Amino acid sequence: MVIGRNETPAPYDVERIRADFPALGQTMRGRPLVYLDTAASAQKPHTVIEAEAGVYRSDYANIHRGLYQLSERTSAHYEEARETVRRFINARGHHEIVFTRSTTEAINLVAASYGRRFLVPGDEIILSELEHHSNILPWQQLQEDGGIVIKRMPVGDDGALELDSFLDLLGPRTRLVAVAHVSNVLGTVLPVAEIIHRAHAAGAKVLVDGAQGVVHMPVDVQALDCDFYAFSGHKLYGPTGIGVLYGKEELLDAMPPYQRGGGMIRSVSFEGSCWAPLSAKFEAGTPAIAQAIGLAAAIDYVQSVGLENVARHECELLGYATRRLSDLPGFRMIGTAPCKAGVISFTLDHAHPHDIAQVLDRAGIAIRAGHHCAQPLMERMGLAATARISFGLYNTGDEVDALVAALETVWEMFGK
Amino acid sequence: MNDDLRDLYQEVILDHGRFPRNFRHPVDANRQAEGSNPLCGDRIRVLLTVDADDVIQDAAFQGRGCAVSMASASLMTEVLRGKSVGQAKALSDGVQVLATTGGNTQIPFGFEADMDRLSVLSSVRDYPARVKCATLAWHTMLAALAGQLQTSME
Repeated sequence: MVIGRNETPAPYDVERIRADFPALGQTMRGRPLVYLDTAASAQKPHTVIEAEAGVYRSDYANIHRGLYQLSERTSAHYEEARETVRRFINARGHHEIVFTRSTTEAINLVAASYGRRFLVPGDEIILSELEHHSNILPWQQLQEDGGIVIKRMPVGDDGALELDSFLDLLGPRTRLVAVAHVSNVLGTVLPVAEIIHRAHAAGAKVLVDGAQGVVHMPVDVQALDCDFYAFSGHKLYGPTGIGVLYGKEELLDAMPPYQRGGGMIRSVSFEGSCWAPLSAKFEAGTPAIAQAIGLAAAIDYVQSVGLENVARHECELLGYATRRLSDLPGFRMIGTAPCKAGVISFTLDHAHPHDIAQVLDRAGIAIRAGHHCAQPLMERMGLAATARISFGLYNTGDEVDALVAALETVWEMFGK
Repeated sequence: MNDDLRDLYQEVILDHGRFPRNFRHPVDANRQAEGSNPLCGDRIRVLLTVDADDVIQDAAFQGRGCAVSMASASLMTEVLRGKSVGQAKALSDGVQVLATTGGNTQIPFGFEADMDRLSVLSSVRDYPARVKCATLAWHTMLAALAGQLQTSME
């Protein structure tokens, strides 16, 4: 994780941050809720809830259609949200920002539009072994339908990417590399800048699945020079139902529409139709208007805390939790790469991940157990399931202590 | 541990979960099937030795899963021995009802003690996500009897 060391960090007031998240104040089975499943979905601050509600309360009409003031106002807010996203990831132009339903839809869009137009049988796509299913299955469809060849970039036993093997896989037929920024299971931060540099040198494009990336660290798509970057609103403390696809303008321009319908045309006749310019070309139908505006509020919130500060806070929590958990009998951390974000997957010798999650639930602690939508990675690690905790900007050291205490109960029940 | 947890993880479950009985591969097994619960990654193989009169002479299992699925499989192998194929199906129906409602079905005459022993599995009824853990072994057993090689809890 890249953290600036030459600045003096302001004290991180986690209690003030927690007060911004109404859901965190509740009790669960008589205990304060300890929410350690932010990698699955993040809780929402007041400002996001209010932004979304505020749209419906007073600023709502369909966009880019009405010749009346209310529609013009909603349209302006929707486009301002796009500008907020552009600034957030430092895209060159706002038309490079396409609103989608989710990261999943963003990746499907690229596979269906870019893949079908520009890839031919025998072309190769490189994926890493640690990808989420949503960055495997859309490409697999191109393999099934279009004769595209998928190559697997291996990960080591520690969950780090084996960069040398990646370089060996790059060849004259490599057209695309699709890779996660951060592993949702192991927390591994992938060397995407290096991957992009090498892929470009070999003439391949790169899509980064940033669902777990933008939430943990500042992202600058121009500095990375990635061709596509996808992420979701709901993991970034924003609403569900809204995601973002960033694509370089010249690529998006050359790509055919993904879905066809209202709002994405210049003209329609039964003889043929012309598409609207970017980004509208990829936003058929009435979009998730309130959710896009809610996402902008989430970005404003995260930036008011400062992603560098979030990264530093999560890094401290990760270090503290790693030390405390490692003392537990039978504890095994899955994923020990040198560069990690705030995610810890683990197993206990004496208890199955589902039993762990069940006992923790009784202590008011929410974690994830299972294969985390990454079965190829599970198979690579020789596991059927892991328990996973993941940190958000609102988690505390006290919560780590509560987790450790509850895991001691698991030991008493299943291990003693 | 608080009481409601103790309700799910009763001693019998914990004991059979940690020390599963009949956890082996009988050489004379003539019916077998593999069952999986894709959501959890649980996977077990049930192995039965059924004689010419359709009586289960031996029942065993292998695989891995959570405490509930291991305990359910372990208890099942104990209860099945000596039962006819028809009786095994009736017991399986009984477990299905136990796990989903906690109630009892029409128990085949003479098997009250078996159902009583299996009644610990009723504890999953309050945990919808865990019902499949309790019934995986039984579905797999039915698949083995039906001559299917694989079954999935999707």
